Amino acid sequence: MKKIEAIIRHFKLEDVKNALSEQGVRGMTITEVRGFGRQKGHTEMYRGTEYEVDLVPKIKIEIAVAAEKCQSVIDTIVRSAGTGQVGDGKIFVSDLTQAVRIRTGEAGRDAV
Amino acid sequence: MRNTKRRYGVLIVGLWAVLSWQACAPDVKAESTDEVTSEVSVPQPEAEAQTDAAVLDTGDNAWMMTSAALVLFMTAPGLALFYSGLVRKKNVLGVMMQCVFLMGLMSVVWALWGYSLAFGEGGTWLGNFDHVALRGVQSEWVDGQPVVPMSGTIPTLTFMLFQGMFIVITPALICGAFAERMKFSTMVVFMILWATLVYCPLCHWVWGGGLLAFEAGQPTVSAGALDFAGGTVVHISSGVSALICALLIGKRLGHGSEPMPPHNLTYTAVGAAMLWVGWFGFNAGSELAADGIAASAFAVTHFGAAAGALAWAGMEWITRGKPSILGTCSGLVAGLVCVTPAAGFVQPISGMLMGLAAGVVCFFACTAIKNKFGYDDSLDAFGVHGVGGTLGAILTGVFATRAVNDIGDGKTLGLIEAVAAQTPGDTVLVAQIIATAISWVLAAVVTFILLKVLDATMGLRVSQEEEIEGLDFSQHGEEGYIFI
Repeated sequence: MKKIEAIIRHFKLEDVKNALSEQGVRGMTITEVRGFGRQKGHTEMYRGTEYEVDLVPKIKIEIAVAAEKCQSVIDTIVRSAGTGQVGDGKIFVSDLTQAVRIRTGEAGRDAV
Repeated sequence: MRNTKRRYGVLIVGLWAVLSWQACAPDVKAESTDEVTSEVSVPQPEAEAQTDAAVLDTGDNAWMMTSAALVLFMTAPGLALFYSGLVRKKNVLGVMMQCVFLMGLMSVVWALWGYSLAFGEGGTWLGNFDHVALRGVQSEWVDGQPVVPMSGTIPTLTFMLFQGMFIVITPALICGAFAERMKFSTMVVFMILWATLVYCPLCHWVWGGGLLAFEAGQPTVSAGALDFAGGTVVHISSGVSALICALLIGKRLGHGSEPMPPHNLTYTAVGAAMLWVGWFGFNAGSELAADGIAASAFAVTHFGAAAGALAWAGMEWITRGKPSILGTCSGLVAGLVCVTPAAGFVQPISGMLMGLAAGVVCFFACTAIKNKFGYDDSLDAFGVHGVGGTLGAILTGVFATRAVNDIGDGKTLGLIEAVAAQTPGDTVLVAQIIATAISWVLAAVVTFILLKVLDATMGLRVSQEEEIEGLDFSQHGEEGYIFI
């Protein structure tokens, strides 16, 4: 099993969610995060004091998938979340050693 | 430590009990020599509280009670929201606690001795103790019936309440200077002393027939101050004291290097709107009647705020390309501050010009000047109230007109009017400047002494750990936002 973490733009969430549903991905976890990479932040001004805001709001999607589905899920995310501009985000893949469905106790591939 | 707190607690409760008994005990009617209040009793068979129906004006009283409520509303939620939105999340409750607690604390001080010191007949420098615990203000049993002391067309109770709301908000304004780092216990003691030693004397001087009371017919230099609703008493006193606080307490940890943007400008915007509405009670209510001058003061207040909002936003638009909500809110408050001393003395369009001036001047005070001198007046209490109040007091001397308020018995008042009538000597401008200077000195000197004494005894600032942790938890054991 693999764990996919994707950092994407806020407004792309609906597109990514719909595209993944169509592909049969049945679950995901969404968090609001802040971060920076090559996309620079911006300057805000409050009554004469300037602040460099380099932490940009993004959305993080976490999905657990069977290993053979991993590449197609990545392709779907790349296709639906991309705009071509700096700041589209990143995808990280890691090995998932275990997954458990709490209600039934199912483990492994059946829980994903 | 616990024993000391318990002893203080017993002492305070004991004092409270004694004073309350004093207030409620049947008293022999004392001869009241106040100019402000007059005892009126009309023999009537009913046992209800009697006031002379010919003297009490229900319209005036209704308006004044409403105004009192509006001014209290300015402290919380108005100022509480305005200020708390500007600080970091970990200090949101700290600010709100200061505002709300001060509502209680200053009200008690006012009732027990503040009103008496400010408005008791007294002399040049201070009132007296005739009205401690509201004697001579509350109803009394006289000649077989209850009698309500009157102040003109309203009960003295109403007058006392309205004025009491001012001593509530003035200390709360100072909190803007030391936000996010002052020890709560020290703040409590500081405010009790500040109210007693700065606010009450200054209030007595300007409104209680003391040192700065306006007297038509005096030489221009010693004529006294035209302060309709509190330019000197509220804004200069709090603004200048705020500056001293900011300088003595020092900057917040990380100021200048760590980002400290406002954590919730939505609060600030809502709070500013509440201040604008509440200010109608603050200014128009200062006429103490629901008459033509009150209507004029209402107009001056409104257009001063309007122009101030546009002016500050305009300055941002010009200098930075984007007008901001914080700037607009700051501008409207600056405009309101500026017209406060002028409200019942100038024409509405003059009020508009004053608001415009305040928006521009305070913009520079809070940006270029604050940055140049580097002091951490966290919420710009000095930049808006100190500077705006000073500007307003002086401009009152420019724009005041007998056409609105003939307080000078026919003489011209403001500089413009005096020059136009070719009586340039008959202007209040010089007296305004002198009164402003005197207010500055009183506020600065007494605040400085109080802070030095309290720093040596109680300590002004929280510890570094407490400041980093945030006042909400370190001073009050609470968390503002629990959103999990």
